[in-house]
Amino acid sequence: MKQKLVLALAIIVSFIFQCTIFQSLALASISPNLPLILTTSMGFMRGEREGLVIGFFCGLLMDIFFGSLLGFYALLYMFLGYGSGLFHMVFYDEDIKLPMVWIALSELVYGLSVYFFMFLMRSKFEFSYYFIHIILPELIYTVALTILLYRPIQKLNDLLERLRGDTVRDYYTTSTIVGQNENQTEEL
Amino acid sequence: MKKRNHFFIPTKYIFAVLAALCVVMMFLSYSMGLGGQTLGRVAGYVFVPFERGLNGLGGWVRDKKDSLEELTAVQARNEQLQAQVDELTIENSQLIQNQYRLEQLEELYALDQTYGDFNKVAANIIATDGGNWFNSFVIDKGMQDGIDAGMNVIAGSGLVGIVTKAGDNWAQVRSIIDDLTNISAKTLSTSDLCFVKGDLQLMNEGFIRLEQLKDPEDQIAIGEKIVTSHVSDRYHEGILIGYVNELSMDSNNLTKSGTLTPAVDFEHLHTVLVITDQKQVVKE
Repeated sequence: MKQKLVLALAIIVSFIFQCTIFQSLALASISPNLPLILTTSMGFMRGEREGLVIGFFCGLLMDIFFGSLLGFYALLYMFLGYGSGLFHMVFYDEDIKLPMVWIALSELVYGLSVYFFMFLMRSKFEFSYYFIHIILPELIYTVALTILLYRPIQKLNDLLERLRGDTVRDYYTTSTIVGQNENQTEEL
Repeated sequence: MKKRNHFFIPTKYIFAVLAALCVVMMFLSYSMGLGGQTLGRVAGYVFVPFERGLNGLGGWVRDKKDSLEELTAVQARNEQLQAQVDELTIENSQLIQNQYRLEQLEELYALDQTYGDFNKVAANIIATDGGNWFNSFVIDKGMQDGIDAGMNVIAGSGLVGIVTKAGDNWAQVRSIIDDLTNISAKTLSTSDLCFVKGDLQLMNEGFIRLEQLKDPEDQIAIGEKIVTSHVSDRYHEGILIGYVNELSMDSNNLTKSGTLTPAVDFEHLHTVLVITDQKQVVKE
């Protein structure tokens, strides 16, 4: 339950930051994509199940406030969360290169999908323009932001792990996980 | 995730169910115009207070930036009056804020005189579209203040956009520079009809597209005012959209197209007026 609350809070904060403060941080009217960083890295760190749920809600918020077609962004973000969750198994905590590559790939998929469904479908064919002026700058900016935000997101993940440790202890008295989290929970 | 309970649902089923839900929602919102009103209402109560607060913070930062510049100039001249300088800075920032507010209100008042016949509600912009593909924003007034989808939004000296969705205490506005916008317009001097379309490519240069203008006698010059037309079913007639920036003959040799400089400065937009009168449409 606590886990879910923390995650909900993270989604809300990322969405609000995205549509207020980040818009004034925009370079050449391109702003980074914070919900995508959250979705992808959470999927990466915590598996496809959480990735897809976080993605779904991030996207749904976009749809409610800014979308023209309810459900489009929800589906897209959910797909990205699920996709990055599939690579949960090869994830190592210390290594930042793989998550960065994966976030860059997610950005690419995101950009291409938005272009394909929202622009190409309305017969806007100048793909090279959109790629150079929108997709690529957003990708670079987002990856750069990932470098800054990776530690805080890891902290968030640690916190979630600790909260899960509590829940697991409620259900089972599993010695291994409790043992690992004993010291950390006492700090709380 | 560990198998906790015996009613554990495999992730791929959740994925499939949510994906199906999304597709159904998209279909419904496309075919029946379902905008997720209930969701929007609930979400509005959660987000609008935060967004308002952060927007206030943005304004505060802006004011502080102004006052800091002021401060360095004064310090250079008399260092011994540090205390007084601080005092003055605070006062000054307040005055700048008041001045800024006054200018904005004066502008709005002038606009109010121009489009005097309509009932209007003033609103603040509290959030802008998070992505880089579209240009829409959220204002802090909604159905409670009589705002509904389809109402025209103006600011400064011209048209800003149209309300596309409304919650209880918020509304979504799609601006005229957004790629999805398509407005029926006319030239002010000759009343020749044309179309104004937002374009993502031109948006970065600060222009919007002008299409299908019939001007056989070359009467339209650069700088001509383009206003909303009488045939539009969503926009009131005669609201200024922008000024002709460039015009050239189409390949069909009948119509002209070109670009338009919007009358509104979209980069520095904080306050808008929503026209609460909807354009009357004859119902069949």
